[in-house]
Amino acid sequence: MSDSMIEFRKDLFADERDDRLTVIGKPVRRQDILGHVTGRSPFFDDHLFEGLLHLRCARSPHHHARIRRIDVTEAERSPGVVRVLTGRDVPCNLNTLLSLLDFGIDDEPVLSGERVRYMGEPVAAVIAESEAAAREGAAKVRVDYEPLPHVLDVEEAIKPGAPVVLDIYPGNRFICHGKYDHQKLRFGDVEAALRTADYVVEGRYQMSPIEQAPIETCGAIAAPETNDRYVCYTSTQALFFSLATTSKVLRLPSSRLHFIGGTVGGGFGGKVDSIHEPLAILGAMLTGRPVKYAWDREEEMQVGGPRGAERWYITDGVMRDGRIVARKFVGYFDSGAYTRLTSYAIMKAVGHLPGPYTIPNVYADVYCVFTNRTPATAMRGFGITGVDFAIEAHMDKVAEVVGMNPIEFRILNSYRDGDMKAHRRIAKNCALIECCQVVAEKAGVALSPEAKRASSRQGGGGERAQLPPRTALDEKGRVEGFAAHGYARKGHRRGAPDTPVRPSPEPAFARTSSALPARDIASKPPSTAGAPPQPAPARAAPSQPPLPSPPSGPAPRAPIRFSSISGLRRR
Amino acid sequence: MPKKPITFVLNGAERAAFADPGQNLLDFLRRGVGDLTPKYGCGQGGCGACTVLLDGEPVLACLTLAEAVEGRRVDTVAGLGGPAPHPLQEAFMAHFAAQCGYCTPGMLMSAKALLDRNPRPTREEVIEAISGNLCRCTGYEPIIAAILSAAASGARP
Repeated sequence: MSDSMIEFRKDLFADERDDRLTVIGKPVRRQDILGHVTGRSPFFDDHLFEGLLHLRCARSPHHHARIRRIDVTEAERSPGVVRVLTGRDVPCNLNTLLSLLDFGIDDEPVLSGERVRYMGEPVAAVIAESEAAAREGAAKVRVDYEPLPHVLDVEEAIKPGAPVVLDIYPGNRFICHGKYDHQKLRFGDVEAALRTADYVVEGRYQMSPIEQAPIETCGAIAAPETNDRYVCYTSTQALFFSLATTSKVLRLPSSRLHFIGGTVGGGFGGKVDSIHEPLAILGAMLTGRPVKYAWDREEEMQVGGPRGAERWYITDGVMRDGRIVARKFVGYFDSGAYTRLTSYAIMKAVGHLPGPYTIPNVYADVYCVFTNRTPATAMRGFGITGVDFAIEAHMDKVAEVVGMNPIEFRILNSYRDGDMKAHRRIAKNCALIECCQVVAEKAGVALSPEAKRASSRQGGGGERAQLPPRTALDEKGRVEGFAAHGYARKGHRRGAPDTPVRPSPEPAFARTSSALPARDIASKPPSTAGAPPQPAPARAAPSQPPLPSPPSGPAPRAPIRFSSISGLRRR
Repeated sequence: MPKKPITFVLNGAERAAFADPGQNLLDFLRRGVGDLTPKYGCGQGGCGACTVLLDGEPVLACLTLAEAVEGRRVDTVAGLGGPAPHPLQEAFMAHFAAQCGYCTPGMLMSAKALLDRNPRPTREEVIEAISGNLCRCTGYEPIIAAILSAAASGARP
């Protein structure tokens, strides 16, 4: 590859990069490339087993339905079928991926027995002598469904009366930190700043779900070993994640699981969900034979968890000279029918706001919303990529409103070393200004003398390093009945990690929260020192974000601790 | 239905194995014969990961019936190169033309078919030749560079 593609700016990163680099900037041959070009790299399916059985799932044709009955008798009699599994065969048939980190509530069955929540959700697994026989057997699983109303749009899903996807989250929203039905960011007083801004610019941005689409579809092969263990060759990109998930789902100590992976035919995030290993191993346990469970291409595209869709509303307050004085976000992540990793994605997203710009007043409400769509999962920068698209598209829009060159507009608002960021850390090693200058030069865009002179190392800090004099706080979206520390539901016992945490029939969800987000909810109303919001002076866009501005004021509680991404304050 | 014996030449050596009725060449090569170098990507002729040469012409093994290779010559990546890598393999390594490596066997066979009939292809001809092979790690540029470089080296085994 061409060396000229990379330019090292030692002037900016002198303290982070030394000259003794032996790899960076030099062409190095991949350690696995000889295997790749000779076709000998051992992907999970490149292991031959005598007597291999094939597993395929019968899947829901409905977005949302109650299961009245699953009849597998015809499937069991189908030629070549060895065994049919349903949810009752799975030792721990309820899991959430991040329960390994004590994060979230178990919500997803391996094989659904009572209800299906997305089209393609597996309800039974047919194990047969050949793939064709497994396919034929799966088509003979008879399921008596009672279709239920479904919801496929994030903002429809959080309206009162919307179909509830997961009973443990009656508002169709993940509960963050056991406290709120969204992830918050509060820095300064956005509403007050919007009232003083020369322009208020609004935008709505929508991303589609994106399938990782690896050329190798996800799968695993499991076989009994002679030492009471099970070997599992898997395409996972998170071997120990898959190992621990399997251990939990099958209630087997991990010492009985012999996982072999590391050769992944493209992952891009889509191979962390640990879906195939538990069923392949369960099949091997119950048949005593090697079992392969792999998606075909259609399944990969239909039921493989994609990057979730995101919808963002951004409202900027900007002065005539181009300074952004306030930025407000309302974001909706489409988690699909189950949590998987979207709870984490919204925390990443909020940690990233307001983009690489120094803005004295920032506000964000970001929701992980459940819908009857394919559960979303990891994909390359998930949580960041979507909102970056929204932010940068919005930057162009705002630049147009104030009549500035969009590159100069970015340079003016960029982080500089020493600036206070919205999540209360000091910015350091900033380089956006320099990137903008290089881009302008390469694109042949003439910059003003000020923009050319600007530097990330000058003009930051000082007043820009200060926390806002006042941050408007609120109790909007407050919920009760969820554990306040850790992320698990109250009553979750650490000592019994393999016990599914089942919801009580009626979770103690703040009654008022079901009306969200149409209205500001405060279970303990803060004193309303702030004046009610005034109409903004100049509306540059007709579209409205869905949330009216909440009246806000200093909270009665002190001291307030602000959550970082991990929920802990780290310095 | 009875299995059918298939006799064919794989990478220069005569082979015989039983095929299931209706079995495709990809499954036959991998599970019936044990040559694991052609890969399953889609099973519907969309990705090219299973590309092999049938009498020197690139075919999609997932769309070819095993019975169709009776008495014919099949070449896969397993037969590419000898003690030393084939010039195409060498060029793929030198140009970082593989990331995950899953599309690589199919890419190599499409490239070999091209260079066998057209030893000095243009860039456009290279692009055309691999247009049926998908790479999701998005490494087309290094792959094109590798094939052009192998052609320029002129070395032929």
